[in-house]
Amino acid sequence: MTESAAALREPWTSLEDQRRVAMFGMWTFIASEILFFGALFMGFSVVRVLHPAAFAEAAGHTNIWYGSANTAILLTSSFAMVMGLRAADLDLRRLAALCLAVTAVLGLAFLIVKGFEYKDDIDKHLVPGQDFALKAGAAQIFFSFYWGITAVHAVHLTIGIVLVSRLAWLLMRGDIAMRSPQFEVTALYWGFVDIVWITVYPLIYLGGGRS
Amino acid sequence: MTDAIAADHPQGLARARDYLHAGSTLRSWLMSTDHKRIAILYGITITVFFLIGGAAITVVRLELVSPNGNFISDDTYNKLFTLHGVIMVWFFLIPSIPNTLGNFLVPLMIGAPDMAFPKLNLASWYINLAGGLFTLAALVAGGVDTGWTFYTPYSTMFSNGNVLLAAFGVFIAGFSSIASGVNFIATIHTLRIAGMGWMRLPLFVWSIYAVSLVMVLATPVLAVTMLLIVAERWFGLPIFDPAHGGDPLLFQHLFWFYSHPAVYIMILPAMGVVTELITCFARRAVFGYTFMVYAMVAIAFIGFFVWGHHMFVSGQSPYASLIFSFLSFVIAVPSAIKVFNWTATLYRGQISFEAPMLYGLGFVGLFTAGGLTGLFLASIPVDVHVHDTYFVVAHFHYIMVGGSVSAFFGGLHFWWPKITGKLYSETWARFAAILMFFGFNFTFFPQFILGYLGMPRRYHVYPPEFQIYHEMSTLGASVLAAAYLLPPVYLGWSMFRGTRAGDNPWGASGLEWQTSSPPPPRNFRSPPALPDTVYDYHAQGKAPAADQASPRRRDSEARQNVDAAR
Repeated sequence: MTESAAALREPWTSLEDQRRVAMFGMWTFIASEILFFGALFMGFSVVRVLHPAAFAEAAGHTNIWYGSANTAILLTSSFAMVMGLRAADLDLRRLAALCLAVTAVLGLAFLIVKGFEYKDDIDKHLVPGQDFALKAGAAQIFFSFYWGITAVHAVHLTIGIVLVSRLAWLLMRGDIAMRSPQFEVTALYWGFVDIVWITVYPLIYLGGGRS
Repeated sequence: MTDAIAADHPQGLARARDYLHAGSTLRSWLMSTDHKRIAILYGITITVFFLIGGAAITVVRLELVSPNGNFISDDTYNKLFTLHGVIMVWFFLIPSIPNTLGNFLVPLMIGAPDMAFPKLNLASWYINLAGGLFTLAALVAGGVDTGWTFYTPYSTMFSNGNVLLAAFGVFIAGFSSIASGVNFIATIHTLRIAGMGWMRLPLFVWSIYAVSLVMVLATPVLAVTMLLIVAERWFGLPIFDPAHGGDPLLFQHLFWFYSHPAVYIMILPAMGVVTELITCFARRAVFGYTFMVYAMVAIAFIGFFVWGHHMFVSGQSPYASLIFSFLSFVIAVPSAIKVFNWTATLYRGQISFEAPMLYGLGFVGLFTAGGLTGLFLASIPVDVHVHDTYFVVAHFHYIMVGGSVSAFFGGLHFWWPKITGKLYSETWARFAAILMFFGFNFTFFPQFILGYLGMPRRYHVYPPEFQIYHEMSTLGASVLAAAYLLPPVYLGWSMFRGTRAGDNPWGASGLEWQTSSPPPPRNFRSPPALPDTVYDYHAQGKAPAADQASPRRRDSEARQNVDAAR
């Protein structure tokens, strides 16, 4: 069995067709995901329009340093992902494996920073409920969306980390064809999760009116 | 390639004479990536869910015979109609036609060996099953009393039912819809046989394509809505809570942004099925093919912009209501185009009344009645009067049961010979079709009157003057239940004792009829020949050709040919 044949899946007879349809499928899925996050952003925006002052005050209590650091980490991870994809295209197995590993590690770093941020938020009583720190009622809604949106994004990122680590592992063991469509599809998904964060960041962290 | 297949399927799939004989172990079914077997798996689960949902509403209808309600408590009553709604909408109607008939037929109709992502196809069934089990668990663990709409703040702050599990089950099932939608879209885009352009796809395939777009773009919003309910109820995050400045209307907007397009998820595939039935049994090319396509795409598209007509009395802006009302009238136009085109297809056709055609014609009538009463509801003054009454219940059951379920049964009968390779008893099938039509109208027509007179939906007790209509409805429901129990009997019988079906018992024109019945594992032993036109029956304004005789004659001839070939 040649290497290309190893990457071929039912019901396809050519790897080119398979790659095309895999990408097409992922784009279609991303269209669906856009509506998923879009609904969350829409809900956030509606309540923000209803209670602008409370949302501005609440946004001032988010930790912009963590948020900005994570933005930088995630953008860098996407750079590593694209490098890995290019390396796979050029048949550079070890470089591709390295880039994917870096991508996964940066993804993990994002989650770790997020963890510290969550801990800070909990210490500052920013979890909606009885002993919530802020007075304005709608501030609780801001933080409901904050926890909801960032958690859903983190779940997406975790799935991405698993997919990328798996590919890196398979590359290192030499168990995957370099021409497998999985690289491109995974990179597309990773890019999407990154772009979602690019929307989350201004929505949540930059609305606080800091000068 | 063939090595890989043989290695995956120890039973020797490549040599099997048809997909039903490609392995007989439970594992060969549960792990199969053959779209036909997955369709059967879906068929089994939706039948089970249909029976559960049907049983729940049977109790409700029996309870409504008397105005005061004697048998069950108010609480149980609420839980039963919620169970009926949740199960029927998400675990029967939504997957019914797309995931059984669509899964089975789309690759066959476009001359493909399988779906674009066979493993994803199997995964979607497991996801659907998992969602269904979560929802059933919610019912075993105490039930849910919110109605299928899960309106806040009741569902998040007050209901004692097991909303969490049910909402989570619906959330999970949504991903099954999205996976199926992605799969259908990719399949239809990339696996059409050479020469089959978009404007010669069978309209059933078009309907599945349109419905997949809705599934992919609407379902994620439902997923988010359910997630927010879980967040508010479980984690105590006040999202819709008015006490903190939250807006329960936001929930309704999000919910109906999915749940109105969901109506089109249920009806579009039914329209596709009925087009196949009517063309075949009128021996006519479909009237206005291009407009049938545009109409379906238009319905799928405009369907995204009418959700506010569920909220006319919710306190939303009157200007919003005005626009939603207008758009709801607009969406009636493509629907009406379809009805006119079906009737125009019948004109000067050689109509014969086999069981599938009876379902198809029943669909046209009932869909029209349901659609026209939808226009009543789209006009705000009438809606204010009949909002949340049995008028609404009757209206959407005309669309979902009279429309979708009729079409599902019609399609099931039409393609049964292809799916199982056996012919069922035509007499019984016609009897069941007529009984179903009769029982359906008997059940739901009185509800129009009931609602117009002011009987609110979801009420356990009611004033005695409404009793006669409730009794009629319950009596009709018993007839309907009997009619639903017939097909499993004679269809089941046909599997074991039925006559063998030919490849094309109806003399129909689709590619799926060119392969053997039941089809081999990879659908076609030799590539099918694409006919000159889609719906290759006799054209508009032309006299029927000699080979366009009634299906039954063609069938007997075909059978003689098969015998002669033996």
